[in-house]
Amino acid sequence: MAVLDAPLIVSSRRDYADSFTLSRYLETGGYEGLRKALTMFPEDVAAEVDKASLLGRGGAGFPAGRKWSMLRRSPISYLVVNGDESEPATFKDHYLVERDPHQLVEGVIIAAYALQVSQVFIFLRGEFALGLERVQQALNDAYAHGALGSKIFGSDFSVDVVVHPGAGAYICGEETALLEALEGKRGFPRIKPPFFPAVTGLYGEPTVVNNVETMSNLPWIISNGGAAFAALGAGRSTGTRLFALAGNVKNPGVFELEMVKNTFRDIIFDPALGGGLAEGRTLKAFIPGGVSAPWFGPELLDTPLGQDEVGGLGSMLGSGSIVVIDDASCVVRATWRITKFFSRESCGQCTPCREGSGWIERAMYRLENGGGRMEDIDLLLDLCDNIAPGLTWPPQQTTICVLGPSIPSSVHSAISMFRDDFVAHVNYGGCPHD
Amino acid sequence: MSHFRADIRQRAEELVALYPRRRSAMLPLLHLAQEQDGYLSDEGIAEVAALTDTTPADVRGTASFYDMFHLEPVGKYVVGVCTNIACLLAGGEELLEHASQTLHCAVGATSSDGLFTLEETECLADCNLAPCVQVNHRYVRTTTPATFDAMVEDLREGRLDHDVPSHGTLIRVKRQGGLRVSKDDVATERAQALAERTARAAVAAAAAAAVSEESK
Repeated sequence: MAVLDAPLIVSSRRDYADSFTLSRYLETGGYEGLRKALTMFPEDVAAEVDKASLLGRGGAGFPAGRKWSMLRRSPISYLVVNGDESEPATFKDHYLVERDPHQLVEGVIIAAYALQVSQVFIFLRGEFALGLERVQQALNDAYAHGALGSKIFGSDFSVDVVVHPGAGAYICGEETALLEALEGKRGFPRIKPPFFPAVTGLYGEPTVVNNVETMSNLPWIISNGGAAFAALGAGRSTGTRLFALAGNVKNPGVFELEMVKNTFRDIIFDPALGGGLAEGRTLKAFIPGGVSAPWFGPELLDTPLGQDEVGGLGSMLGSGSIVVIDDASCVVRATWRITKFFSRESCGQCTPCREGSGWIERAMYRLENGGGRMEDIDLLLDLCDNIAPGLTWPPQQTTICVLGPSIPSSVHSAISMFRDDFVAHVNYGGCPHD
Repeated sequence: MSHFRADIRQRAEELVALYPRRRSAMLPLLHLAQEQDGYLSDEGIAEVAALTDTTPADVRGTASFYDMFHLEPVGKYVVGVCTNIACLLAGGEELLEHASQTLHCAVGATSSDGLFTLEETECLADCNLAPCVQVNHRYVRTTTPATFDAMVEDLREGRLDHDVPSHGTLIRVKRQGGLRVSKDDVATERAQALAERTARAAVAAAAAAAVSEESK
């Protein structure tokens, strides 16, 4: 049975229809964390976040406190919030920006205060039309409430927050591509080093880039203390996390769960959570952390939902998205669609990704839709090996950013786990499920 | 002579003023241009170029990178059906095929009456209600062929005009508020805070040194 006794840190207002309004937010403790933060020294606010051991919730899982402290040597110019959530089947930031925008805004102001940054940009993917409206309205309300603007809540701290709409490009979730888009350019990831925007970010100045969910945790952390947050979860995975459950499951949705205390079996099968698969279906495989992650089979259902727990088994918790694939679904078709996505979203700068993604997609298309050849199966693995040599996890890097090395995950997983299905497609001359 | 309507032009100038560099307003301005014209017209692109101190070629080159910007005219309603992994597993491909029949247009094309453009989209991050459909980037939450057809009928009759405004994502909620003090004042405020912090760090370091001296 799932362990559901942890406090809801970022989704506590999920049952209110008006959870996005200032009045509801204030009634439920809103902006108390910010008021408290303003009575503390900025470095003490940062220390509290460090104590919480909050891992970034965007996908890479880098400790948020460490990201901030790398910069303490030189003043930071900008804070940029990454709300370009586009990893397929990930929809937790969508929930946060539409349903609890004030929580995000409060978290952002707390972070700006801790970092002593007076200019913040919240980058939201353009397809979140309603989310853009909700966040802008929350900002307007916050200015009117005195929580934002000059001398907030009577303190000596002034800060401005601008919402910046994206325009439809997965790659802009990569932080350096996001900064390019924010500078008004094509979303090409920047060459590393420098690895961190902390060193060279927006307009070449020191910049912190944090995810929407990471920011949304801050009001609770400051109100309740970093130690209370760190007491939840286990090991390096502290606090709670939003998991987006999708695919062949009865109750798909966003669930906030204490880290590590629950397993994939809990979230997929517990009646209070995923509720299991449709009648008569069995689990074929599941993707534990977004389509960039290698797949797991049913034998790994009892793996705890923790960063190192999943990482140790050759995959990742990534963006917090779990995709359930049942035995009636075609894994070849699923893999083809994922490779089509990467092929479409490759920015085209690096040869292994640009050429490899298209080549892989064409071979997958042949296998799924007829015309596939037996040697295509090993060709696919060879192409994957060219993008990420050795097909290790974490993958070897041959490209500027991690989009390229993410392509082999699903292909390599599907062929390793279900080679017979690929062979059947070749023999049948297309998809036997059609 | 501005190509933008007076209200759009004013909004555009306000947007440019929000950024340290004019070019940063590129994507919001392109959304605005699309809001007025439905797509990026030559005139709209020229105006964005002038507003951002760039050239029309540069604007076009930037816009073409992004899926949401249309360099050709599109229908009044751009219908996007997701077929990415979660939607695929829920029948997204079948819904897209059905949409193509209902709207009488191929994927990527515009219906002959100019009302609908149909697109196959990547994940729209609404996977608990798969397959996901957006019209002009508003979620319409219709997941079956029957509800899709009813939704199209509602669009034709104008019953969804409130939920599905015109192209563009910035039209309905305008920014209000702002710093209301000069950037110089803010810089002074930050410098003051940094000086205080440095002083605190020095005191703390001296105290720590004294403790370690004692313990020796």
